[in-house]
Amino acid sequence: MIEKILVLEVVLPLLAAPVCVLVRHPRLCRLFSLGVVAVCFAIAVAVLLEVRGGGVISYQLGGWPPPLGIEYRVSTVNAYLLALVTAMALVVMSFDSRGGPPRVPEQRRHLYYAVFLLCISGLLGITITGDAFNIFVFLEISSLSSYILVSLGGHRRAVMSAFYYLVMGTIGGVFFMLGVGLLYQVTGTLNLRDIAARLEPSLDDRGTVLALALLVVGISIKLAVFPLHHWLPNAYSFAPPKVSAFLAATATKVSFYLLAMVLFTIFGAPFVFEELRLQAVLLPLSILAMFLASGAAIFQADLRRLLAYSSVAQIGYMTLGLSTANATGLAGGLVHLFNHAVMKGGLFLVVACLLYRVGSVHIDALAGIGRRMPFTSAALVIGGLSLIGVPGTVGFVSKWYLVSGVLERGWTAAAVLILLSSLLALVYVGKVVEAVYFRKPAETQPIDHVREAPLGMLAPAWVLAVAAVFFGLTTNWTYGVAREAAELLLAGGI
Amino acid sequence: MSSATTILVALLLPVLAAASCQIFGRLGHPNLRDVATPLIGACTFAAVWRLGGEVLADGRPELVLFEVLPGVELAFQVEPLGLVYGLVASGLWIVTSIYAVGYMRGHHEHNQTRFFTFFALSIFAALGIAFARNLFTLFLFYEALTLLTFPLVTHHGTDEARRAGRVYLGILLFTSISFLLFAILFTWRLTGTIEFTPGGILGAETSSGMVTVLLLLYAFGAGKAALMPFHRWLPNAMVAPTPVSALLHAVAVVKAGVFAILKVVVYVFGLDLLAGSDASLALMTIASFTMLMAAVIAIRQDNLKARLAYSTISQLAYIVLGAAMATATGVLAGGLQIAMHAAGKITLFFCAGAILVATHKKKVSELDGLGRTMPWTFAAFFLASLSIIGIPPLGGSWAKWYLMVGALETGFAWQAALLGVLMVSSLLAVFYLMPVVVRGFFATSPTAGPSGSAGGDRKPIAEAPFLCVAPLVLTALLSLALFFVAGDLASLLSF
Repeated sequence: MIEKILVLEVVLPLLAAPVCVLVRHPRLCRLFSLGVVAVCFAIAVAVLLEVRGGGVISYQLGGWPPPLGIEYRVSTVNAYLLALVTAMALVVMSFDSRGGPPRVPEQRRHLYYAVFLLCISGLLGITITGDAFNIFVFLEISSLSSYILVSLGGHRRAVMSAFYYLVMGTIGGVFFMLGVGLLYQVTGTLNLRDIAARLEPSLDDRGTVLALALLVVGISIKLAVFPLHHWLPNAYSFAPPKVSAFLAATATKVSFYLLAMVLFTIFGAPFVFEELRLQAVLLPLSILAMFLASGAAIFQADLRRLLAYSSVAQIGYMTLGLSTANATGLAGGLVHLFNHAVMKGGLFLVVACLLYRVGSVHIDALAGIGRRMPFTSAALVIGGLSLIGVPGTVGFVSKWYLVSGVLERGWTAAAVLILLSSLLALVYVGKVVEAVYFRKPAETQPIDHVREAPLGMLAPAWVLAVAAVFFGLTTNWTYGVAREAAELLLAGGI
Repeated sequence: MSSATTILVALLLPVLAAASCQIFGRLGHPNLRDVATPLIGACTFAAVWRLGGEVLADGRPELVLFEVLPGVELAFQVEPLGLVYGLVASGLWIVTSIYAVGYMRGHHEHNQTRFFTFFALSIFAALGIAFARNLFTLFLFYEALTLLTFPLVTHHGTDEARRAGRVYLGILLFTSISFLLFAILFTWRLTGTIEFTPGGILGAETSSGMVTVLLLLYAFGAGKAALMPFHRWLPNAMVAPTPVSALLHAVAVVKAGVFAILKVVVYVFGLDLLAGSDASLALMTIASFTMLMAAVIAIRQDNLKARLAYSTISQLAYIVLGAAMATATGVLAGGLQIAMHAAGKITLFFCAGAILVATHKKKVSELDGLGRTMPWTFAAFFLASLSIIGIPPLGGSWAKWYLMVGALETGFAWQAALLGVLMVSSLLAVFYLMPVVVRGFFATSPTAGPSGSAGGDRKPIAEAPFLCVAPLVLTALLSLALFFVAGDLASLLSF
């Protein structure tokens, strides 16, 4: 039964998109897509509960058995991602942006929801499928729709940054495609488990190593691994705020899953981390991301750009967890997917609230806003504390396991650097909080007219703020699942 | 009421106080707000006192809330050291909240509701630290205390206050994240547990170098203990309103740091592991250096609150020194000093605040002749100074006494040096505290004019408001009373 429902996870939003085009009524479309996402979330939770403890659900599309047919195969690893993506989609979708993205006229608003649904179905498809070419197809569906979503931001530069994102994303997609092609040449199959079984990676085999290189670079562009992150700050800061929240919370997470899957399931940890020693590249890049991107965030005057650079830094933490290649560190990286989605999603929703009421998220424009918008500002503080990794927030849980994993590896210096880098987060978060609460508003920008954001905006932001504290204090769901997923990945399964 | 409930009640009462501040403040009843806080404070103290009865009967009341990470619980346990710290923090909170009403109104401060709210929440965090059963719980509340006191430090919202706030957060979070958290994680990695356990959790097989590094990480990581060179946040925090300096930056916050060090020495390292080790020697050196250096700097400060702040840094080093000795006597002296210094130093700050409210004077050099117009305040200042210096019959003398006994017990070749340090430090305390009293009572006021020669026209008494003066007299008497009840404290703290 459950495997039949599984396919709905992708099919439902995919079919709902054209339905939106037919319905055309913007309000109705919003409610409809919210309903679809809610169903997807329910399915994801059911699937996660089913596979926990080592279960696997497999569905053969069209009844064709793998490796010939396409197989949807879900274990704890991707069930975790499914739950994460759908949960974030649900929260973001329920955010009432009061008139949608600025550049979209009322009569075309339904297309916006259609694209949103396409993007969700693409991301879910990447996560769910067990077929390499199928991944590529969904990767393109999600990427193309996210280019459109980014371009809808009101500013003229939104179009430019969407174009830049498109160029980079396409290069990434091509690299990925070439990698898959090479793997097909070596193994003669596209089913992931089949590839993994047939592939005998060795350093002498140029084709295999090249395939790995292409895949890793391609995915790293999509994941915005430093120094391939240039598309991200612009894309996140010019996209409509709701879209930034959604992409920050989900898109990079799915790319991370893809990278982990390629490294651990297809090539296997022994080859990647013992023979090839990928960590020699991944670890320094992660640490550079943590410091340079956080450093860049400190000097941003716009809250959205600040958060975007902070995202690049946080991706550094995730890849650092990946490069430890032990259960604790990898689980730390995986749990940070969820934790970062919660805090960054929440923060971008706060940005959306501020933009709606204040009209700008330039830090000078936010001076003294704490008194006018107490609830929005409080959510901002909680998200900020979580970015720093204060105990009692989700950020601390990630840091705890990342540092533990790194120490297990014996990389004491890296452990110190992780902790030091969180102090940079303290600086950029502190800068914002100080402006919001302790600075007097500029004379030229009176804020007397500013009121608290409407409930439809505040509630989703607060759901994530509360989650940031709740999952910072109870971790048996988040860390428990992440740990199981990490052990599964290390054992080479998905 | 079971002991677990009592712990919960003791922790939640300050939160209730914060909530009542918000409610009454927003409804526009400042009088109700200012009555509620001391009342709830008294209830908090009563709850902690109740727990004290159990601890005296060798009980260890416990409260386990839930598991946060696998193997790490949010859990509380009351043991003697925590009890002393908890009693000090909650007991002095009552007095301070009365004093704060007089001060804040007398000084016409703005944002009083925010002030009282965060004040109560800080006490919540302090009690959480006091009762923490493991390093995680301790760290959680330790960081919370830093963040909750930040709005109090930046209370005035001026450029100076914000700059001081940045230094405050910067140093405290830098030390706690890069040293303390690292030390905790390292302990977790080495032993697989972070529970406070009598006798310590680090095994005897831990190498001496590792123990030294870890102990220094803990000692500097507890930046609230203001060990040099990470002490600068404390003088900076003096921009806060005086009640904050009095309760938080002489008692709750700074004691949280030294308390953490004491706790770690007793329950993570274990006295047996540390006694006579290189680690102990290293920490003693650092503590002695801080003790003397801060005292010397204190003498040169003209701003009264800054002088008291450096005096606090110097006095905190006594507690660290006691912990560093890693003997039963040393820990006892440290525990006593937590209580004795608290009563003494809070009085001194209350006096400084009372002088500010009554005369708007901040500098020691401006205090000439004030003793005659503010006799109660200066008499209290005198008593408290004696306690800080360590002269009987005031409470402070016991802490110093046991510290000297501990120094003799250490058995190091340089116990004479340690004794010398303690004596010089007391002497320096005379030099930085007594001038205030001497100027107040014996110097002639510059405003008296040439006709006001000695014994001339007596000026009328012009004390600060009653709500300011009564608490400081009370705490001064407390440091006197502590001399006589020190025996009970000592038996409680015998390890």
